[in-house]
Amino acid sequence: MEPILEVNKLTMQFGGLRALENLDLDVNEGEIVALIGPNGAGKTTFFNCITGIHQPTKGDMFISPPGKKRKSINGLKPNRVTERGMARTFQNIRLFPNMTVLENVMIGRHCRMSAGILGAIFRGKSTVSEEKKVIEDSYTMLEKIGLAEYVNELAMNLPYGAQRRLEIARAMATEPFLLLLDEPAAGMNVQETRDLDDLIIRIRDKEGISILLIEHDMKLVMSLSDRIFVVDYGKKIAQGTPDEIQNNPAVIKAYLGEDIDA
Amino acid sequence: MIKMEEIKKSFFVSLWFMFLTFPIMVIRVNTVENIIQWRWERMIFIGVGIFILSFVWRYLIKRKELGIKKAEAGDIGKIPLARRIFEERRIYIPTLIVIAVFTISFPFVFSMYQTTIMLTALIYIMCGLGLNIVVGLAGLLDLGYVAFYAVGAYSYALLNYHFGVSFWFALPIGAGIGFCFGLLLGYPVLRLRGDYLAIVTLGFGEIVRLILENWNAFSFGPSGIANIPRPGFFGIKFSLHSATIYIYFVMVALVIFTIFVVTRLQNSRLGRAWIALREDEVACQAMGIDKTKTKLTAFALGATWAGMAGVLFAAKTTFINPASFTLWESIFFLCVVVLGGMGSVTGVIFGALVLVLLPEYLRVFSEYRILLFGAVLVIMMVFRPGGIITNVRRTYKFEGLGENNK
Repeated sequence: MEPILEVNKLTMQFGGLRALENLDLDVNEGEIVALIGPNGAGKTTFFNCITGIHQPTKGDMFISPPGKKRKSINGLKPNRVTERGMARTFQNIRLFPNMTVLENVMIGRHCRMSAGILGAIFRGKSTVSEEKKVIEDSYTMLEKIGLAEYVNELAMNLPYGAQRRLEIARAMATEPFLLLLDEPAAGMNVQETRDLDDLIIRIRDKEGISILLIEHDMKLVMSLSDRIFVVDYGKKIAQGTPDEIQNNPAVIKAYLGEDIDA
Repeated sequence: MIKMEEIKKSFFVSLWFMFLTFPIMVIRVNTVENIIQWRWERMIFIGVGIFILSFVWRYLIKRKELGIKKAEAGDIGKIPLARRIFEERRIYIPTLIVIAVFTISFPFVFSMYQTTIMLTALIYIMCGLGLNIVVGLAGLLDLGYVAFYAVGAYSYALLNYHFGVSFWFALPIGAGIGFCFGLLLGYPVLRLRGDYLAIVTLGFGEIVRLILENWNAFSFGPSGIANIPRPGFFGIKFSLHSATIYIYFVMVALVIFTIFVVTRLQNSRLGRAWIALREDEVACQAMGIDKTKTKLTAFALGATWAGMAGVLFAAKTTFINPASFTLWESIFFLCVVVLGGMGSVTGVIFGALVLVLLPEYLRVFSEYRILLFGAVLVIMMVFRPGGIITNVRRTYKFEGLGENNK
């Protein structure tokens, strides 16, 4: 079976800084894959490259959505990537603060809707029913993520943990086959992290969405992931199952530094 | 319980104002007799006046802060009147009837002078609502909006001059040309935002004005175009008085049409995309919204309304020249949107009414009128930074709740 996301030799150069160097990565259907590494290792840059926010200097990226043909996503604009079925969240929360929670999710549905200017003005039958369905779908999505109580709250008034979950809800509203989570547990307390763990498992099992996540919380990473990729200074230094990674000397070195005495 | 500290503060404030106003208020050079008049009594008036006013000012600021604190503590108390009007049918319908009766009877009850002022206000409402799409919803600061207004006005004037096109045909054509110019400006500025966008649009506005001023063969230069016909009604010619009333009702109808369209756009898929674009461009794209398309539609639709308002303006004044389309107009439109409340349809309508009617009715104060106008603007922005009526989108939000609870 082909991997649903396949990245070959991705290189990203910012002026003199090589943020990513010949990075290979793949995600199979139904997998939870983690991308870890010290701060500044290039993890978020990697996300930005595959979602079209940055154009990588070199490298190829392919997606094979379940039941569809393998396609290159090189050079696609971010909105096209999302349309093709990869949705992301952001490390520093990027909600639409002055929109309600429901509206935030409805924005996620945008690319699955078709109403245009004239539709909006004349409100034909199709527009009205589409709008109604979007409101219902978005509400169902909020119920799934456990945010239904905040439905009409402005996004900026939400507690921190709820904002993180809203980002996930918004991304899921785009009907992705692969969800990219950038440090979803950042700033969460123990209980919230545990809930997030459950939520991610549920998204994979119930919705059938594969997940690629960047995370610093090792406990979460080790319990969730099927496979882990480790990057440092833009290069991949290890890949494998959580057990393999925990005992990998290169990883330990990258995280803890070298023992001078040794 | 006025504290010593406050008295001290007010004293220094008044001292400072006395110093500031000294050259203009106290000294007067009499050039005829070559003497300087010292008007010390004025200084005392200013001192006392400012002393008292500073207490009023502080009291108002305190009240405002109290309100913010209350809101933060979750104690909103009652919903502001402006929003209650929209939410409660009991208030909503009578208000609508009162406004309708007032609007219809206006030209018959008030003088023609008043009606003409109201015409101007209606044009500004239309432009304000159009600009509201660009600035209020999509968050694109546009300082060259007057260009589209000019394009609309000139397209009617020139089409009529050369081909005898009537008002009713020119109206959609003007709107269409406005739309095209919106796209024309939209393309080069797709990558810009904030200050940079403001500067480029400002340049665009000036370019259009300068072209109109200097391309004599095309636009008749600074002398402008005169004798533009007023709108006709199946070929019937009106007297000046009835023509004004007729234009008034045409304009009211068009404003209602504008309100209808803008409200619908605001609560649509496209409207949400505009707001998302304003809130966070990167996230908006990452959620699958085509930034290019969304920005262009915002510019183009905003410009459409300016084009239409331009045609109306030409038909109303029957004479246009480039002097009517200066940067000041753009700023005025922007003031309408910002003062009224960005993104709020009712807010913009109120903003336009206040900004047009205020200077007119302040004419009593003759030369101090613009000064007072400025003071009102400053005070408004200090006490209501979000505009006269903010966040009508909240109403939309409750609409969503209703549908979900079914």
